[in-house]
Amino acid sequence: MTHWIIAPIVLPAMLAAFIVLVVRFHQSLARAFSLAGVVMLMIIASGLAWQASDGTIGMYQLGNWAAPFGIVLVADRLSTMMVLLTSVLALFVLLYAIGSGWDKRGQHFHALFQFQMMGIMGAFLTGDIFNLFVFFEVLLIASYGLMIHSGGTRRLRAGTQYVLYNLLGSTLFLFALGAIYAETGTLNMADLAVRVAEIAPDNSTGIRVAAVLLLMVFAIKAAIAPLHFWLPSSYAEAPAPVAALFGIMTKVGAYAIIRIYTLVFPPDLEATAGLFGMWLLPVALVGLAVGMVGVLGTNKLDRLIAFAVIGSMGMLTTAVALFTPAGISAALYYVIHSTLATAALFLIADLVRSGRGAAGLDLRAAPPIAGGAIIAPLFFVAAIAMTGLPPLSGFVGKLLILDASFGTPLVWVTWAVILGSSLIAVVGFSRAGSVVFWKSHQLAAEAVDETTPEDAQGALEPHDPKGHIPVLEVVAIAGLLALLVVHTVLAGPVTRYMDATTAQLFTPEPYIRAVLDVPGKDLSKDPHHADEGHAEDPTEGGHDAAEPEGGH
Amino acid sequence: MSLFLVVALPFLGALLPGILNRAGRTVCAGTTFAVSLTALVGLLSNLPALLRGEVIEARVDWLPALGMNMNLMMDGLGAFFACLILGIGLLIIAYARSYLSRDDNMGEFFTYLLLFQGAMVGIVLSDNILVLLVFWELTSLSSFLLIGYWKHLPEGRQGARMALTVTGMGGLAMIGGMLILGQIAGSYDLSVILQNRDLIQADPLYVPALILILLGCFTKSAQFPFHFWLPHAMAAPTPVSAYLHSATMVKAGIFLMARMWPVLSGTPEWFYIVTCAGLITMVLGAVIGLFKHDLKALLAFSTVSHLGLITMLLGTGTAFGAMAAVFHILNHATFKCALFMSAGIIDHEAHTRDIRRLGGLRHLMPVTFVIATIAALSMAGIPFFNGFLSKEMWLEEVSHTTLFGPDWLVPALATFGALFSAAYSFRYIGHVFLGKERHDYPAHPHDPPAGMWLPPAILTVLVVVIGVMPFLAEPAVRFVTSAVLGGTAELPHEHIALWHGVTPALIMSGIAVTGGLIALTLFTPLLKLWDATPRPEAKVVFDAVIAVFVGLARIVTQRLHNGAFTQYAGILTLAIIAAGGHAWLTGESTASTREAMPINMIAAAGWLMLIVATAFLVIQHRNRLLALILMAIIGLIVSVGFAYFSAPDLAMTQISVEVVTIVLLLLALNFLPDITPSESNMGKKVRDGIVALAGGAAAMGFTYHLLMRDFVAPSISEYHLANSYKGGGGTNVVNVILVDFRGFDTFGEIIVLGIAALVIFALTEALLGGKVRARLLNRVPDKPLSGDRHPLMMVILTRVMMPLVLMVGIYIFLRGHNLPGGGFIAGLIVAIALVMQYMASGFNWANERQRYPYHGIIGTGVLVAGLTGIGSWLTGNEFLTSAYGYFRIPPMEEFELATAALFDLGVFLAVLGAVMLSLESYSRLARRAHTPDSEFPMDIDPSRDDPKTVGKGA
Repeated sequence: MTHWIIAPIVLPAMLAAFIVLVVRFHQSLARAFSLAGVVMLMIIASGLAWQASDGTIGMYQLGNWAAPFGIVLVADRLSTMMVLLTSVLALFVLLYAIGSGWDKRGQHFHALFQFQMMGIMGAFLTGDIFNLFVFFEVLLIASYGLMIHSGGTRRLRAGTQYVLYNLLGSTLFLFALGAIYAETGTLNMADLAVRVAEIAPDNSTGIRVAAVLLLMVFAIKAAIAPLHFWLPSSYAEAPAPVAALFGIMTKVGAYAIIRIYTLVFPPDLEATAGLFGMWLLPVALVGLAVGMVGVLGTNKLDRLIAFAVIGSMGMLTTAVALFTPAGISAALYYVIHSTLATAALFLIADLVRSGRGAAGLDLRAAPPIAGGAIIAPLFFVAAIAMTGLPPLSGFVGKLLILDASFGTPLVWVTWAVILGSSLIAVVGFSRAGSVVFWKSHQLAAEAVDETTPEDAQGALEPHDPKGHIPVLEVVAIAGLLALLVVHTVLAGPVTRYMDATTAQLFTPEPYIRAVLDVPGKDLSKDPHHADEGHAEDPTEGGHDAAEPEGGH
Repeated sequence: MSLFLVVALPFLGALLPGILNRAGRTVCAGTTFAVSLTALVGLLSNLPALLRGEVIEARVDWLPALGMNMNLMMDGLGAFFACLILGIGLLIIAYARSYLSRDDNMGEFFTYLLLFQGAMVGIVLSDNILVLLVFWELTSLSSFLLIGYWKHLPEGRQGARMALTVTGMGGLAMIGGMLILGQIAGSYDLSVILQNRDLIQADPLYVPALILILLGCFTKSAQFPFHFWLPHAMAAPTPVSAYLHSATMVKAGIFLMARMWPVLSGTPEWFYIVTCAGLITMVLGAVIGLFKHDLKALLAFSTVSHLGLITMLLGTGTAFGAMAAVFHILNHATFKCALFMSAGIIDHEAHTRDIRRLGGLRHLMPVTFVIATIAALSMAGIPFFNGFLSKEMWLEEVSHTTLFGPDWLVPALATFGALFSAAYSFRYIGHVFLGKERHDYPAHPHDPPAGMWLPPAILTVLVVVIGVMPFLAEPAVRFVTSAVLGGTAELPHEHIALWHGVTPALIMSGIAVTGGLIALTLFTPLLKLWDATPRPEAKVVFDAVIAVFVGLARIVTQRLHNGAFTQYAGILTLAIIAAGGHAWLTGESTASTREAMPINMIAAAGWLMLIVATAFLVIQHRNRLLALILMAIIGLIVSVGFAYFSAPDLAMTQISVEVVTIVLLLLALNFLPDITPSESNMGKKVRDGIVALAGGAAAMGFTYHLLMRDFVAPSISEYHLANSYKGGGGTNVVNVILVDFRGFDTFGEIIVLGIAALVIFALTEALLGGKVRARLLNRVPDKPLSGDRHPLMMVILTRVMMPLVLMVGIYIFLRGHNLPGGGFIAGLIVAIALVMQYMASGFNWANERQRYPYHGIIGTGVLVAGLTGIGSWLTGNEFLTSAYGYFRIPPMEEFELATAALFDLGVFLAVLGAVMLSLESYSRLARRAHTPDSEFPMDIDPSRDDPKTVGKGA
């Protein structure tokens, strides 16, 4: 029996508890443990992904209870890929948080960070839908803590909206779960797949509503319009490393949609036919448009990036909403791209913020920032990735999605929105970059003109003021961008992997068998002394056995 | 050298100038030069094979699933363009070395330039149209960087953005076009696409694909109505204008039209769109160009005009047109590049580019004068210069072209355009070099160092050589043209020659040159006329359009995301109702399978209370204390409801949760005003009320539907009921589910609780570190404080109760596995016992007597629960696998020990710690606020005779 599958959940949980218990007053120790934890997480995740890469579906029965009665974790290609992506992202984000000192600006950063890891990992690995709810709660509350890390009025206000909105989502989740349980009598995803398929089409009302409500829950997490309203302020106001980490949080929603709506409610299921397939694609396109229009319509860099996130989630959902193997495969490619690009942009924005002082991230000219010669190219590259311009993975992803939507009924609308919104994003990002990185030189030149006498011209210092160059931060950002480059260059092998992953999703039978066919705890042996004969009727016998103990 | 290397070299080399920037400007430029030269040599090394008739290829898979592969191919056309790009690139690099000043960051410049060079070579050598798209957009991006190179100039920034917006738009359109084309042809490889002319032209998607691709070409090559970005790109340093915006990048669109010529041309759609766009652009550019006073603007519009000319030639769809186009591409590149360089020299030396401030430079700058004159005469189409030859061919082609009926229309327009073309060329010579020498140049002009005049001089040599001896260039032109035709048409028989006899073309040419001279003599009245003519200024229009879009975007974005939570929640609710309603209406359902339970009067009364309390709460929610009391009532009835439906565990949990929550909320109320201010008007209230009622009704209806129907298959809880003792060793199924069957959920939930407490703590810390602290310290309580905040009776009572409550907690904990109870409830009960002490004697007093930090308790709880789970690994079982056994220690009776109890202990600790940490956090706020700490358990203590403590805090 291998326990690796549960390690990505237990390790950060234990580590977080340990940090709270032992090293909460020792910043450097907490950093060391946190970093070591993330590195180990990455190693474990790589191992899991390697194991799953040949199509093996790993399964772990918690408490040795057979599915569907206990909780199971499932490590297939999709979940291990997401786990690996999370751990890689976490490593760079943590490096940045440590380098920039964000982790010192409030209490319990590292403990919350680890708990957050636990929540995300759990959400990706669990094979039980109620357990998914639990992990949604874990990651919601941890993310709330991280979001308001180090406080501030605006941040706290945004945090309140964030947590309130998501609590509405949690309530809906619980309600939807109740409905699903009332219809099927089970919570295990594989078992759900079996039972939902048994529901007669003439008695489908309940499961249809339940399926849609559940989709709305995931849509909130994935910030699909019109359920995205929680995102702009909370991402913009969150501390940069946290916003960067949140890049994966929206993907949790997307992951859940992909998982549940290929496994439990597959597109060809009769009982739920003609349901979300009808409106998910238009809605996704609206989200894409709203996001990219927001990129053009905001006047702060961090909000701009937040809207770009909404846009990219719209793009991702567009691909998912096709519910074809090509669409899902393109979506999976895009997931990795979007996560890394978003994270890099938020981190870059933070460098800009810290360099600009009072101007903050307002899109207006301010004196040039220290290290601008490094930060500006980083922004340029990240913006290229985000807007989906060549040569980075955003472009590859966009091509894959455009290609996948060819031949679908809404192809022209889809193309028009995707390409049009790309243009809007390009305009928005170029305006922002030009104001933040270029216009500052005009100010600098004017300032120089004022202070330098006419005859001294020609011997000016270069415009960039020499200042502290944030090494660790730049390394973290450059690392993320380098991964984007790798993601682009290795697009061939990566898409092959995604195709195989998609194929696994679209043939759910092995998944279902891997979960349901494994026996759990051996219940044949008598729990009590054989001679006392409690085994015939466990309920009755239990009461008997309980009596003497109760008396002590 | 492999084509990969040819394309990759500029990209790889792009890193060098940036790195070598500090080594000096000559090193920087020299390295760049060496990189380009190596690439050129590498390219030329393939020439022999090419001339043997081979097509040079280099292929490697990139993304085979999509058909996007790094396939490169070089035929005549590609080689021609690649030579042009790399060859002129060398001259530009040499020129830029002298042109850029010490203030300019040369490393940055050459880095961008090499990036552009690589991308451009990539475009012309791509065999895969998706890869071509990649390079295509890369040229837009590097052009963006180069135009904005002088970051401090607003014109540079705006020009860069305009160029990126327009060419980016075209690029995006082209993505669509290329994808359609690939879908039709079944491959994205040009070599395949070019073989499928009939298939593609017969496809219904041919026209959309054509339009989208042409959008890309027209924007890139500045064709009407997208021509306006090019003049604004002139804010770039002159080497960039010469290189990108006259010789190479703007020819990318033309290159692509030539590349696609075999499959796309020859249809009426192609003919009308391309020919018209080209002709209009040609004439328009020429007319506007004449009246520009900025040297570079004049050249920019002349570039626009000449690009139009080439486009038109490609549009006619004849082999002769294609050949003329190829020839003019070459000629235009040579003379226009030289002209730009000469304009740069003038700007560099005289410190102005305004023609009105120049004139009479021929003696001051003789070398420049010669260079510029030769190039300008070539541009004007004067014999013995290469421009004449290709312009003749164009006019020849024009004389056979008919658009929209009348035969004379196209030739007349073309002659008109050529006339202006000649005029602005003459103006370039006449108004800049000829005329009287002036004394008011901004700087004293003189010829530049050789580094600056040599590159254009080399180009003018070419201008003359080709112009005089066209037979030297003819084989190359025919070779390239055959590549353009791609076997779809025969090479034309006509030869390139100075003299073809008196042809219509020669007559038109004569009219144009003569007319040009006349126009120049009439320049002043013509200019007056021009200035008096109202015409749209492209930049103003473009800026206005962008401003409108930005304004709209801003309005939409800010209206939608205005931060009003009720609006967000309302939209959420409506969306849920809509989606759920749609699902409901499209589903089918059978009759209910369950009987409704009979209504019990007591139960009904309870529900009525619940409803009344809730309704009252909604009405009275602004009175916070009342709201809290009502919430407590609701919570109690819910607890009773649990008990009524035979869920004693839930009822117990609910009650203890209620108690703890209300206590914590009471603490919080301490810092809030009694009344919530009203924030919404009647209209909003009605709106929100309707939304809320709709949501409630939908939830109720759906719940009722679910309650009346059975599971599709027996539910898993039957298994839990049957096996809780046999497998989990406990008879309280709820507890066994919590700690065993679904212990992992509980593990998650205690972590949620723990995190919540940590967050509350962190939040308090953040608040106390910020502005709130000052506000708290200055806060005057809005009600008089109690004179006896720690009353004697309460202190005594809670002391007595404490051990009792603790006993109850332990009892509840121990019996949990078999009877209602368990760690969660026990934790809450023990927390209540402690909370009572805090309430009675104040935070400080109680806290001094508590030895274990609450953080630690939470941490320990999670660790204990987790380690219990990990413990099962030691026995080779899964996480949280429970084990239990029965033990007998005489004289006691036999008892059960289960690992689940250890897990439950973790739950207990985590819950306890979480509650207490939250309490502590609130108390910290309170202590900062107004409460003096007391070292005594109670304010008034009869046994203590200390007058100071009496009445303290009143």
